Amino acid sequence: METVLASATRTVVIGPGRPFVIIGERINPTGRAALAAELGAGRFEVVRRDALAQAEAGAQALDVNAGVPGMDERALLVEMVRLVSEVTDLPLSLDSADPAALEGALEACGGKPLVNSVTGEDERLERVLPLVRRFGAAVIGMANDEAGVSMDPHDRLRVARRIVERAADHGIGADDVLIDPLVMTVGADPTAGRVALETMRLVRDELGVNLACGASNVSFGLPGRHALGAAFLPMAIGAGLTCAIANPLVPEIRLAVQAADVLMGHDVYARSWIRTHRTSS
Amino acid sequence: MPERFEALREALLALEEDAALAATRRLLDDGVDPKAILEAGLAEAMAELGRRWDRGEVFLPEVVVAAEIFGRCNALVEPALLASGRQEVRHRAVMATVKGDLHDLGKNMVGAMLKTAGFEVHDLGKDVAAERIVEAVRELAPGVVGLSALLTTTVPQQRLVIEALEAAGLRSGVRVIVGGAPVTEEWAARIGADGFAPNAPAAVRLARDLVERVPVAGRP
Repeated sequence: METVLASATRTVVIGPGRPFVIIGERINPTGRAALAAELGAGRFEVVRRDALAQAEAGAQALDVNAGVPGMDERALLVEMVRLVSEVTDLPLSLDSADPAALEGALEACGGKPLVNSVTGEDERLERVLPLVRRFGAAVIGMANDEAGVSMDPHDRLRVARRIVERAADHGIGADDVLIDPLVMTVGADPTAGRVALETMRLVRDELGVNLACGASNVSFGLPGRHALGAAFLPMAIGAGLTCAIANPLVPEIRLAVQAADVLMGHDVYARSWIRTHRTSS
Repeated sequence: MPERFEALREALLALEEDAALAATRRLLDDGVDPKAILEAGLAEAMAELGRRWDRGEVFLPEVVVAAEIFGRCNALVEPALLASGRQEVRHRAVMATVKGDLHDLGKNMVGAMLKTAGFEVHDLGKDVAAERIVEAVRELAPGVVGLSALLTTTVPQQRLVIEALEAAGLRSGVRVIVGGAPVTEEWAARIGADGFAPNAPAAVRLARDLVERVPVAGRP
């Protein structure tokens, strides 16, 4: 199954037979005090710089998150979406749990963006899926519901299946639903990586939809985070992950993804790989 | 005097469970005051671990393992503590990660450290709705409520909880402290929280200061 995202002028296709798609994670004030302060002051220089740097580093879409405590998320997200659309032509991932903010961003965003995200909770599905349908967007569905996050991959598959079915009820095709298998840190639970990978295999084999995840979470609280992320991504790609919200500015991450593309046969005759190495040497 | 707790503290900080349990038993067998074992031994070691975490010297799995060892040592000390009748009325704390948020590591760390600091901790878990927190405050009448939120999208829930406590007429009877990656001092002030802490040891200091310096009548 293939998911098409688009800006006003550029399309990106996510699918199991294609090179892996990195959605740049940097435009997010969570845990970035300097960016949060700048947004609070109504300044957008870092947003502009992050957008350009990630595009330069090979991100094929950009995640945009406007969550600054105490600020009007809808207004800020709309402003950031406009700005990022001006400086790059990459499709966007609109990162909010607030339906009002998502609605504003969807109105402001050209092309076909990705809504990031909805959980399997009834109330959330009923508020977010109509927006996804109305604006013809794609959506990430998180494999948790009212019961919380299960550590049983079969429970997560069940939630994922429900999200895909509910999306269909709203007229959204399975090709426009990406499932997030939930990647938690192995620093707190040694089984977290294995559970995520097994969930990916189940969702891929049973539902056949695209899989997206936040790639940085897995290494929280551990040293050598880039190396862990760079090991995790190719394992996940082998298990069915087709895109990730990740930091393309980290060379280890970028190279690990490119190497996985070669090894999966998605970078045919290693053309991208060779180009990268020729220009960097 | 603290030297007699050195072996216990060192074993806990080295994550050596057998040695920590043996050191705890030895102290109990020697007739050492169980309250001192808890405070000068176990709690002090956990506080040191918290300081090392803040400095980036220890990593998350080490904190998880230390908390487990702490729990097992504490289980040895507790019967002696009860038998000694020296367990005083402790301050009570209600902890929760707010609705919509599944991140409970920070909340669990604060909860564990509050226990070591002598709080009776009631952990409501993660993804907890404001109504449940209000209910717990009404039922348990805690001195402190700790609200954790790790997502920019869930941080507004901290404000909702404070408003719900106000609406229920319970706000003035409890100290509300807030924390989590996106939370700032300024945010805490804006939503009318009683305090903000950037990390677990600071949260424990804050909670202790709040309940001891500005006690609320009739509340543990």
